Amino acid sequence: MTDTPAVEARNTVKTYGVGASAVNALDDVSITIAKGEFFTLLGPSGCGKTTLLRCIAGFETPTSGAILLSGRDITATPPNARPVNTVFQSYALFPHLTVAANIAFGLQMLGKSRAEVAQTVERVLALVRLESFADRLPQQLSGGQQQRVALARALAPAPQVLLLDEPLSALDLKLRKEMQSELKRLQTETGITFVFVTHDQEEALTMSNRIGVMSAGRLLQVGTPREIYDRPRNRFVADFIGETNFLVGTVVPGGVRLATGDTLAVPLNGHSGEVTLTVRPEQIRIAADGTGGTIPARVTQTTYFGTDTHYHLQLGDGSALVARLQSRAGGDDAHAQGDAVGVQIDAGTLQVLGE
Amino acid sequence: MRAKTHRRSKGLNGWLLSLPALVLLLIAASGPLLIVVIYSFLEPGDYSGVRWTFSTDAWFRILFQRDIFDGTVSLADANLSIFWRSVKLSLATTLIAFVLGLPTAWFIATRTPAARAVWLFLITIPFWTNLLIRTFAIMEVIRNQGLMNTALINLGLIETPIQVLYTDTAVLIGMAYVYLPLMVLPLFAAIDRFDFKLIEAGYDLYASRMGVLRRVVLPIIRPGIVAGCILVFVPSLGAYVTPRVLGGGKNMMIGNFIELQFGQGQNWPLGSALSMVLLIVVLAALLIYTRVSSRDDPNG
Repeated sequence: MTDTPAVEARNTVKTYGVGASAVNALDDVSITIAKGEFFTLLGPSGCGKTTLLRCIAGFETPTSGAILLSGRDITATPPNARPVNTVFQSYALFPHLTVAANIAFGLQMLGKSRAEVAQTVERVLALVRLESFADRLPQQLSGGQQQRVALARALAPAPQVLLLDEPLSALDLKLRKEMQSELKRLQTETGITFVFVTHDQEEALTMSNRIGVMSAGRLLQVGTPREIYDRPRNRFVADFIGETNFLVGTVVPGGVRLATGDTLAVPLNGHSGEVTLTVRPEQIRIAADGTGGTIPARVTQTTYFGTDTHYHLQLGDGSALVARLQSRAGGDDAHAQGDAVGVQIDAGTLQVLGE
Repeated sequence: MRAKTHRRSKGLNGWLLSLPALVLLLIAASGPLLIVVIYSFLEPGDYSGVRWTFSTDAWFRILFQRDIFDGTVSLADANLSIFWRSVKLSLATTLIAFVLGLPTAWFIATRTPAARAVWLFLITIPFWTNLLIRTFAIMEVIRNQGLMNTALINLGLIETPIQVLYTDTAVLIGMAYVYLPLMVLPLFAAIDRFDFKLIEAGYDLYASRMGVLRRVVLPIIRPGIVAGCILVFVPSLGAYVTPRVLGGGKNMMIGNFIELQFGQGQNWPLGSALSMVLLIVVLAALLIYTRVSSRDDPNG
């Protein structure tokens, strides 16, 4: 994975509209995606992730900046000359062609021999387990099957990069879970670089090698799912991925002092002045009131979820926290509403956020 | 048992209710058609009308002629050339209307809903004007002292007017102009339903612009293309006013030839037989249409 990256975007800007009404869909985005990687662009709708994908596919031309594919500048290359294929959100299957003819389309356009086309179609159909549907028309298939045809059609020409634009968003939950592992399997089997666009953080966390979090046209953080979840760099990333707690404090020698007067020994990474800290609910532990090294708090609400229980806590200064404690067999260590407790947070699980 | 009587009375009611329509159909469509069929198997009257004697002469004379002096039979070249010109001009009209209509329909279908309504309205405006007036308008444009030639002379592109009026070209221009909306509207309807994502999918899968047009767009909007072509071809084939006014009477099409038999020619049986031929050609065209368009529908 150290050789030439599969995809590279350099200072890519995409502006829609002109003058005062101009909007930057992409605001100076630079990204490097390694060969064979399952890379996810994650963000809320309108964050620019689909625009970036369309720039890689060639449907949009960046206003400035460059897109490189295996080190080759393809910024001005039309889509039909780029060795990348797209799985569209709406699948965009050709309604007048059978499943087999849909899959054969790209191969035929590349001028492959009849025998090679037939052979590849058969192989790809087997890959997505649709052998018996070769002669059906797209509208005779279920949503999940159409999805697999769209995948097969995009994989058939063996692209260098496969672009997936929220391909699972139209499926119901059960099918989506199935397709998630199916996609992961296909990516491993084919070794093709996948660039996957989604707004579903859980999808991103479970499937990706790396995630790029986007907001308002900017790339906020790139990292492995664990890095993104455990070490969010700013408030947006921390908030968008999973549930989290925020605490405000001031940098003092040896840590961060909260408004309650308690000091947490957090690694500061050069931050100073007033800072925001974040800690995941499952990292917070609850001890008996007055236990050494804990912050006094009061339980304001408890919600039982079966596998775990959420405790809403209020600190001395009025700030709120949520702690998630896993249920234990036969355990009844529940803290009731109104109880005074001690909140225990390991300094290592706290993260200081940038702006 | 009761259910059966119920159904029968319902069937009877259905017949009674559709009676006015059936009567109208009989009087307005089937009746005249039957008269034409009967006339085509009779002999022509002395000045006009028919003599009630069975004869297949009219049908014979569509394709053949008998020499007055020696009675030898030969192909009726004059008639055949009129048929050929009609078919040729109608096909050319259809082609021109398609080539002009496809980009027009595409343009309209890709506008915003508000702009689209305006464009469609503009397309339908000619329907409000009498066909004869529109044809005379075209005449004003293409005649020797008309708009086109005056403009070309004033621009210094030509020195003497180009004779377009009273040629096949004039008929072609006139028919293409008159029938263009009939091509644009079904094409628009088809393109309006077209999913433009499919064009991106085509490009993405290595198709060129032409490849996308030929392999994706045209096959999918084919029902609209076929409908538009039929709607232009059928009235073109039977056109009467346009070839009469712009062709100047010497370049006849089937419609004018039929009129001639009922008028000056005083041969009603031949006119009737020619009408039947025209009808058969049109029905054949419609048959092809239903075949081609139903093949598209996987459920039908």
